[in-house]
Amino acid sequence: MRRAQALAAKREAAAERLSRGDLPKGGAWITAARENALERLHQMGLPARRDEYWRFTRPEALIAAQAAPVPLMIDEDAPQFGELDRLKLVFVDGVLNVAQSDALAMENVEITTLEQAATQDIHWARDLFGVLESRGQAPVERPLAALNTATATQGLLIRVTGKAPRPISLTYLRADDAGDAVVHHVIRLEKGAELTLLESGPAAARLSKVIEVDVADGASFDHIRTQGRDHGRRALTHLFARIGAEASFKSFSLTVNGALTRNEYVITLEGDDSHATVSGAVAGDGNDGAFHQDDTVFITHAGERCESRQVFKKVLRNGATGVFQGKILVRQSAQKTDGYQISQALLLDEDSQFLAKPELEIYADDVACSHGATVGAIDEDALFYMVSRGVPRRQAQDMLVLAFLSEALDEIDNEAIRDDIQTRLELWVERHSA
Amino acid sequence: MLEIKDLHVKLADEDKEILKGLSLRVPSGEVHAIMGPNGSGKSTMSYVLSGKDGYEVTSGSATLDGADLLEMEPEERAAAGLFLAFQYPVEIPGVGNMTFLRTAVNSQRKLRGEEELSAAEFLKLVRTRAKSLKIDADMLKRPVNVGFSGGEKKRNEILQMAMLEPKMCILDETDSGLDVDAMKLVAEGVNALRDGKRSFLVITHYQRLLDHIKPDVVHIMADGRIIKTGGPELALEVEHNGYADLLAEVA
Repeated sequence: MRRAQALAAKREAAAERLSRGDLPKGGAWITAARENALERLHQMGLPARRDEYWRFTRPEALIAAQAAPVPLMIDEDAPQFGELDRLKLVFVDGVLNVAQSDALAMENVEITTLEQAATQDIHWARDLFGVLESRGQAPVERPLAALNTATATQGLLIRVTGKAPRPISLTYLRADDAGDAVVHHVIRLEKGAELTLLESGPAAARLSKVIEVDVADGASFDHIRTQGRDHGRRALTHLFARIGAEASFKSFSLTVNGALTRNEYVITLEGDDSHATVSGAVAGDGNDGAFHQDDTVFITHAGERCESRQVFKKVLRNGATGVFQGKILVRQSAQKTDGYQISQALLLDEDSQFLAKPELEIYADDVACSHGATVGAIDEDALFYMVSRGVPRRQAQDMLVLAFLSEALDEIDNEAIRDDIQTRLELWVERHSA
Repeated sequence: MLEIKDLHVKLADEDKEILKGLSLRVPSGEVHAIMGPNGSGKSTMSYVLSGKDGYEVTSGSATLDGADLLEMEPEERAAAGLFLAFQYPVEIPGVGNMTFLRTAVNSQRKLRGEEELSAAEFLKLVRTRAKSLKIDADMLKRPVNVGFSGGEKKRNEILQMAMLEPKMCILDETDSGLDVDAMKLVAEGVNALRDGKRSFLVITHYQRLLDHIKPDVVHIMADGRIIKTGGPELALEVEHNGYADLLAEVA
C-alpha cells in the first residue's frame, strides 16, 4: 500500500511539474518524441528520496521548478583545452552562441542544432532522440532524463560518417546567475567513424544534460569533459550509449567544485568484441560552500567478448560527499565478458564521506568480472618518507593527492588532453592545499 | 657532528619508555656502527632523529653541527643535512621516482636558500649517480619503490642519499633482505660517498655489512642506551659470542 501511495505522490509531482501545454512547439518528429517522453515521465513520476538510486543524493534541487541563483565566478585560469586544435562551439547558459562559435561544419561530420531540426517534420535524429533514453529507463528508471527529452530545445545533432579531423569541443559558459539550462545532444557515429568530444565549463546555475550516443560497428567515440568551477552550480547529466560490434567507447570526467553534480551513465554493449570505459577524477572541498558529486553507472553486456572498465577516484575534504553507484549487468548472451570496476575515495578529514554501491548481476557462465570499492586516508608512512627527504608536508600531501587521482587520468589516451587536465587539477590542488 | 645527550623517549600514546638516556657522538667524517639485540631501540632512535610522529622526547638533546634537531620539522632536518635510509623503503604509487627525487633535491635547496637545479642539470646529475649504482632508466621512471626488489629498494635509498648529499647519514639495517652481491653494491655506493667530512651511523645486526663499510667506532645498544663503545673488533666479538656476555657485563 505504501509503495502505491509513494508512486501516486511521485506521479502527482510529475503531473504538476510538466503538462502537455508546457511542451515546446515543433515539427512532427520532435513533437512525437516529446509527447512520448512526457507520457513516460507521468508514468514513472518524479524521483523521490526513498527511491533505490536516490538514497545518497537528494533530488529536490534538480526537480524544483526554478534554479536557485548562483553567483558567477570569474575564472582567471587559462581556458580548458586552450591550446588544442578543435572545432569550438560555445553555449551560454545552455544556449548555443553563434557569434562565439566556429561554423557548424567539419569534414566527415554533419552538425545541426536541435532548434533548427525541431522546425522540420522529419530528421535522422528521430531514430535516436529520446530513443536511447527511453531504452535506458529499464531496469532502473531515470525520470529526469525523460523530463529533459520532453523539454529540451537546445543541443546539437551530430552525425559522423568517417574520421573527424579534429575534436569537437563544447564550452558551456554562464552569464545569468539563475540560468537554468536544459541541453540534449544526439551523436551518431556511423560504421568505422571516429570522434573525440570535449566538454568544459560551469554551464549554468542548474544544468540538465542528456547525450545519446550511437556507436555503430567499428566506430570509436572518445569523450572527455571537465565540470567547471562555479561553486554553487548544480548539474545532472545522463549519457546513454549503444555500442555496436568491434567498437570503442570511452568517457572521462573531471569534477572539481559544484554544489551538486550527478553523472549517470547508461551504456549497452550490444555487438561483439567491443570496449567501453567510463572513468572519473573528482576533487571536492566542502569549504567552497557545498560539494556533492555522484557517479551512477549502469553497463549492460549483451554482446560476446566485450570488455568494460569503470575507474573512479575521488578526493574529498571539509565535509564533501562522493557517491558511486556502479553496476555491471551481464546478460546470458554475453559470454567471455571481461568487466572491471573500481571506485576509490581519499578522505582528507573525518567530515567528508564516500558512499559506494558496487553491483554485479551476471547471467552468463563464462565471464571474468571484478569490482572493488575502497575508502582511506592519506598514507602516513608515504607522507613521512617524503617529508624525511625534505619535501614540505603540504607539498608532499598534494603530491599524494595527485598520485591518487592519476590512475583515473591514465584512462585518457590523448596525451595533450591528459596534460591539460592534469594542469587543471594541479591548480585546484594548489588552491585547496591545507 | 651529530651529538645525542641523555635522550629519553617514550611512545606518544603509551606510557612506555624506549630510549633511556641515550648518548652518542659521531664526529664529522667518521663512520660509526650501532649493533644491539632486537628491541633495544635502534630503529626508534633513527625515527626520533628524523622526526617521525608517535614518539615523545621527555628529556635530553640531539644536535647536528650545533643545531637543535628536535626543534625542527622533518623536512628542515633533511635540509640541515640529516638523511635516514629506511629499513623498509615506502612504496608510493603514482609518484614517479625521478619526479620525487627532483622535488626532494629542490625542496631542500629552497629551504637552504640555494638556487634550484634546472631540469637539465638535475638529469645530468641523476644519470651519472644512478649509473654507478646500476640503477637503469626504467627504475627512475617507475613510481617510487613500487614493484622494486629488496635490492632495488636499498639501491634507490643510496641513490637518494647520493643526490641529496647529506652531512649525516643514518642507515637503518640497510643490509636486511639483501643477498651478498646486492649488499656489496650498496656498500660500494656508501663508500663512494665517504669524503672525509660526511658522517655515517650504520645500524646493523650483522658484522658482515661492516666488512664492506668499515666503521671507525662500534657501539653496542641495549635497553635504550649505549652499553659499550669500542673499535671494529667489538663487532667481531658480537659476531662470535652474541650479546649475552656484554649484557651480563653491564647488568
